[in-house]
Amino acid sequence: MARRPRTSDGRYQSAECRVPSARCSNLLRRAGAKRLMDDTGTIIAFWVLAAITVGAALGVVAVRNLIHAVVFLILSFVGVAGLYITLSADFVAVTQILIYAGAVSVLILFAIVLTPRGDRGNQETFLRLPALLLALLVAFTLGYVAIDTNWAISDRKGFEETASVIGEALLDKYVLPFEIASVLLLVAMLGAIVLVRPEATMEETGE
Amino acid sequence: MIRPLAEWYDLRDIGNAVGALLEQIEDWGAPEWVPYVVSGVIGVLAILLWTVISVLAFIWIERRVVGLMQNRIGPNRVGPSGLLQPVADALKLLFKEPVTTHNADRVLFWLAPVVIFIPTIVVFAVIPFGERMVLADLNVGVLFLIAIGSINTIAVFMAGWSSNNKYALIGAMRTIAMLISYELIQVLVLLAAVLFAGSMRLGDIVAWQQDYGVWLLFLQPLGLLGYVIAGAVEMNRSPTDIAEAESEIVAGYHTEYGGIKFGFFYQAEYLAGFAIAAVIVTLYMGGWTLWGVEEWVPGWLIFLAKLYGVFFIYIWSRGTLPRLRIDQLMAFAWKFLLPLALVNVLVVGGEMLLWQEADLSSGEALPLFGVINALLAVALIGGWAWFLGQLRPERVAHRAILTQEVGAIYYGEAAADL
Repeated sequence: MARRPRTSDGRYQSAECRVPSARCSNLLRRAGAKRLMDDTGTIIAFWVLAAITVGAALGVVAVRNLIHAVVFLILSFVGVAGLYITLSADFVAVTQILIYAGAVSVLILFAIVLTPRGDRGNQETFLRLPALLLALLVAFTLGYVAIDTNWAISDRKGFEETASVIGEALLDKYVLPFEIASVLLLVAMLGAIVLVRPEATMEETGE
Repeated sequence: MIRPLAEWYDLRDIGNAVGALLEQIEDWGAPEWVPYVVSGVIGVLAILLWTVISVLAFIWIERRVVGLMQNRIGPNRVGPSGLLQPVADALKLLFKEPVTTHNADRVLFWLAPVVIFIPTIVVFAVIPFGERMVLADLNVGVLFLIAIGSINTIAVFMAGWSSNNKYALIGAMRTIAMLISYELIQVLVLLAAVLFAGSMRLGDIVAWQQDYGVWLLFLQPLGLLGYVIAGAVEMNRSPTDIAEAESEIVAGYHTEYGGIKFGFFYQAEYLAGFAIAAVIVTLYMGGWTLWGVEEWVPGWLIFLAKLYGVFFIYIWSRGTLPRLRIDQLMAFAWKFLLPLALVNVLVVGGEMLLWQEADLSSGEALPLFGVINALLAVALIGGWAWFLGQLRPERVAHRAILTQEVGAIYYGEAAADL
């Protein structure tokens, strides 16, 4: 079903640039309308953010202390969010911060703190060598694919607004996967509740 | 919606002056990034200046007002009526020795006060102080507010964990449990507000309220209530400040902090309060508009007046309400606010569908929705509270029985048995 125009009775419509004159006062929006990855600022931002992301990711595996690793992981997530912003994917960037930096990392922190000896840091493990080999293999595969692929360069301009497009896609074209995902999450939540219920209650309900 | 630039001296909106300056810079032939950077620097400096002044002012106001509420005088020695007390406090904090506890995680201990400052100040970037006075009017503004608010948690956790103090750690864990619960409520109530306005850009939401001449608070009483409570939890103020409940866990996550590092936490708490109040004003109370008065009075003055008014309500509740226990607070989020917020979203979704499909004019639809939502809010709060009360197992209060065998004192039923 096509989106109904909402201007019939003068209802509010969010236009891209609501300035009557030709110039748009909002500099951010004007910058977003330029061709992406062309101006120096975006290129500098990309390299700085890439350095932060990769450096923090290295920190995650390099540091011994688990809490420090999580802090590095959060920094890495924030760097990825910044990379999304350079791609003008504002909704995905903010969601990245909300879900990964704000929620997932907090869950990891919870898990670490609630685990005994969690703050003693990473222990040695006999799987060091296999893990190194596996990591090298994955890195090699990814690197090879990245170099071998003939990357198409898009000539399109930056998106004006991604949230409404994503919302329509989720609730229109991909509504079934969206709903199935929500049911899956509900099942997971119920499962967690059942798992942590006291034993006595389960016996009572079983009888 | 936005009018073209007025003359630079039209200070009803300081954005006019800044806009004129930027145009002038462009006319001088500067490259395109120069006005961009200049506008950013001006915005950041203006927000920083405003926050510092407001925080200093409100430290004094809050202490005096809470003093009045608690039947005492409050600070009145430094300067006239104690006006310079915040300055003296700040100087004292600056000159205090920064103590780091034994076995503390030094890096995170130093980092936490800095990190907590970032999200609390960044929030103000998307707040429209006036028609043009917004640093970055993101089109995902509402989501940005929630996302940035969730970063606070990590800084608080860093502080609590790195202090190597059990009270600090307990405070940090409480904060996380609390913020995760109330973030959900925030998302749901803001979703309902966004559904009404049809945009996540804060400037658009203000413009929507201006267009229809109605504040969202009349259409969303339940949502406003949920946001006010969730906001109180997020800003960690007194009825809900279990993360630093001084009667239970010393000072929570900043137990071990002193000097200017504590000052950072203190100021971040105030800024979080201002941010919540600013969001309430923008989303529910029409932002910088006031039914046409903004033509004559600068919009930013209206905005600030509303903001301080909302913040005063939080001071008031701090002065009057007793602190909740953590289990009460968590149960309130999950058992009470969450179902109501879900019903609220459902109702608003249905109303928006009705508005679109039945071709109602806004003059018919909005008063109807306002009445429906107000009645629904009352019915839901009353009904759900009654229902939860029915579920509660009945407890008969007994007086404590001190001794039965030794037999010195008998109370209650035991005494009746004699």
